[in-house]
Amino acid sequence: MSASYLEATARERILALLDAGSFNELLPPAQRVVSPHLGQLDAPVSFDDGVTIGEGLLGGRPVMAAAQEGGFMGGAVGEVHGAKLVGLIKRAIRKQVAGVVLLLETGGVRLHEANAGLIAVSEVMRAVLEARAAGIPVIVLVGGANGCFGGMGIVARCANTVIMSEEGRLAMSGPEVIETANGVEEFDSRDRALVWRTTGGKHRYLIGDCQQLVGDDTEAFRQAAMDALTALAQSGAPELTLAALESEQEMLRRRIATFGHAEDPMDIWAELGVERPETVPMLEAAAFTAMAQGLRIPFKA
Amino acid sequence: METLNFRFEQGRRRLKAAPELVGVVSSGNLEVLIENVDLKGACAIEIKTAARGFGAIWEAVVGDFQQRWQLADARISINDMGATPAVVSLRLDQAVEAMVEEGA
Amino acid sequence: MSQTPTPSQVDWRTLAQTLFPQGQQISGKDHFLSGTAQVDGRTVTVVGTTAHTPIGIEIALAQASVILQTVREHPGRPIVILVDTQGQRLRHRDEMLGINSYMAHLGKCVELARRQGHRVIGLVYDQALSGGFITSGLIADACYALPDATIRVMGLPAMARITKVPEERLTELARSNPVFAPGPENYLRMGGVAEIWHDDLAQALSAALTTDDSADNRAAVGLERGGRKWAQRVIQAVANDVPLNG
Repeated sequence: MSASYLEATARERILALLDAGSFNELLPPAQRVVSPHLGQLDAPVSFDDGVTIGEGLLGGRPVMAAAQEGGFMGGAVGEVHGAKLVGLIKRAIRKQVAGVVLLLETGGVRLHEANAGLIAVSEVMRAVLEARAAGIPVIVLVGGANGCFGGMGIVARCANTVIMSEEGRLAMSGPEVIETANGVEEFDSRDRALVWRTTGGKHRYLIGDCQQLVGDDTEAFRQAAMDALTALAQSGAPELTLAALESEQEMLRRRIATFGHAEDPMDIWAELGVERPETVPMLEAAAFTAMAQGLRIPFKA
Repeated sequence: METLNFRFEQGRRRLKAAPELVGVVSSGNLEVLIENVDLKGACAIEIKTAARGFGAIWEAVVGDFQQRWQLADARISINDMGATPAVVSLRLDQAVEAMVEEGA
Repeated sequence: MSQTPTPSQVDWRTLAQTLFPQGQQISGKDHFLSGTAQVDGRTVTVVGTTAHTPIGIEIALAQASVILQTVREHPGRPIVILVDTQGQRLRHRDEMLGINSYMAHLGKCVELARRQGHRVIGLVYDQALSGGFITSGLIADACYALPDATIRVMGLPAMARITKVPEERLTELARSNPVFAPGPENYLRMGGVAEIWHDDLAQALSAALTTDDSADNRAAVGLERGGRKWAQRVIQAVANDVPLNG
């Protein structure tokens, strides 16, 4: 059933992702496990602290899934929110499920919880790496309005797979932060086209930071996640090996060598051999993917 | 933040067993948690709101809501971030619609 | 969010001599440190940054390279990460080229080292801010700090601007609440920093390198020390169905 992933709430996304009727929420809102820190800043809490987590089936395979609610505090990670993600991943390892699916929409560390948020993000990162070491694949979906930023942008690239829509953004520092620090000449945060060229799904797909680019559709995300899970189940989720990381080191070194001089992401697309790079933003997901075939840098985790 | 509490006795309409949540605590929005709880037939509503001083308006909205639904053994908990009365009414109705038992 | 740079409090060469009295062969180039040192009669890899340098894609990759070289050529050799950074580099170019991927790569290299039996510890000897801290001190087996180190997410004025909470309120809270207060003592209480090293740094380093446990127990430590009362309990509730009481 087709619906905009962008417009959907976290709860709607996770229900659309998993097999119908299979979702069993952990620490549901009725348990009221809220932030212990927001009250002293006179800020409202949310009954699930902005992240819905639980168990379910994806194409018949048991998974753990989490969806961050971008509407609450920008999806940012506080003490409880982060602990829910860490606990979920540890549960996945204990139960040896087929995978963990993280629907990320977040600004990163929740500033209202400062130090607790920073440590929490690093604990999520360690947990994702622990899952990989235990052979549990981690699949990340990025398609919400707030994108996936901050320390969580790092976490996303620790996963086995990243699936994005064109509307999604994946980066570390937000354009406003960069503009405030180093001026509008450095990064004009109000130039939306530039922001999406720099951090959006299509650019990430072309340079090798995103495995699959889908349309803004919960069904498309579900299908892509299922396909990824199947592929990982068949090939065995790759552990971190010296060979794999040396290969990644070389890929990242080459990225700087080849594209480090580019002024604008469109220069990179042109360099990759994209004809008429200015038309990239206009292409639908399927047409874009077809066009990029053979040109884009392949994704490897 | 301001906390408001309302209670209505002798409701009539029952809810299903499992709780539901509607809405999101984003600017101009609210989340409503609705639970089936033994309150001797009462409906209790607790609101935590970022917008202070609107007690009278909440009272009116909640009063209309109870007129509409007359819930029994219902606990409603709200985290509000400045939603308008129209949005509040909408979410309350959505919450109940998710909960009403067949044939009630 | 421009940070007023605080002058370097610690000269890395002096620090290196204090940390590694048995000898060290560390070189610094463009604020990037790498090399080796001797501790308790064996060699350790040393890598890090100096002069509060921001971590951009090149430095992240250079650090990863040192870690990979250690794993490739020196099985079991411990790795010491010396942390002094103002955070991730805030430039369009770094975002365009995917700095999050470079940071993730560094984190994965540290994880590989850990899995292959290398002890990896971080020492915040001057500044550790935000994202720069996540993929250095916070990804190590354990992170340590000097007493005068600066550890924080962001300066209070910038935090006030972004959260819309008045700066006076944040400052007031920072006095008593480890969540907001910058500084190693707060990270210690919250479990983010394992220990603060006073006095004999070489001795403290030696002890840190002999500790065997590389599992992430920071949430448990945060609960024990009272700085984070919820993280461990929520983790246990979700991971192992341990009931949350109260």
